[in-house]
Amino acid sequence: MECNEQLVAVSFCSRASRLRLLRNVLRDAADLGGLDESQTEAMVLAVNEACMNIIQHAYAMDPDGQIDVSIFHEREALVIQIRDYAATVDTEKIRSRELDDIRPGGLGVHLINSLMDECGFIEAPSDGGNLFQMKIFTREQGEDNDISG
Amino acid sequence: MTFPVEDKQGFSVVMLSGEIDLNNSPDARKVILNSLKKLKHVMVDLSNVEYIDSSGVASLVEGFQYARTNNLEFGLIGVSEAAMSVLRLARLDQVFVIYGSLEERLENGD
Repeated sequence: MECNEQLVAVSFCSRASRLRLLRNVLRDAADLGGLDESQTEAMVLAVNEACMNIIQHAYAMDPDGQIDVSIFHEREALVIQIRDYAATVDTEKIRSRELDDIRPGGLGVHLINSLMDECGFIEAPSDGGNLFQMKIFTREQGEDNDISG
Repeated sequence: MTFPVEDKQGFSVVMLSGEIDLNNSPDARKVILNSLKKLKHVMVDLSNVEYIDSSGVASLVEGFQYARTNNLEFGLIGVSEAAMSVLRLARLDQVFVIYGSLEERLENGD
């Protein structure tokens, strides 16, 4: 993948209290990258969900983990890469659950898959951890990322 | 963070507001369940919710499940567009009972 321009890179510790800060950065980056309001909220929610998964599962609520979020502007899309330094995940075990199964948890993967045009783990960094990438096309290029579904 | 609860017409109305995320959804969960455990019928007002993630939704689902198990009424009122978007994605807009307002619920009766 060729990334034309990095809009922003942020690092923060794996604490839930940092997610609001991240969302504010994401909204500004989305504006800079040309996403409309609906696409922005879709991207913000998806990235938030991914970081929540890292906090809750990869770091098991350890508040001293590090999460890196980088946003790149391609000609046709915004690309978001999320890096953690926890144990390498078994990607086969990460699945969206059936929505008919009404229970409190397990919505994050479904939301990410629904909201982003492309998403998935990419090659794990050589120094460990996990690297997850999402892509949202600009309105002219991609499918409707309307957060309303 | 404490979310206010107002007793109105036989319901405990839990007033959520702002951004409901992993940081404060435990507080939302706590206030919802505390009201239900007092055997109150609960309506959760989402009119001032600007953002909600899956942890916030999970708090609502827990309330829904607890109420159903204990024969209590549980519903959502004044759901903001931001919250409704997430509920639709999770297909929970078909699960929760949703009213435009408490008055609407009262007019509808049982």
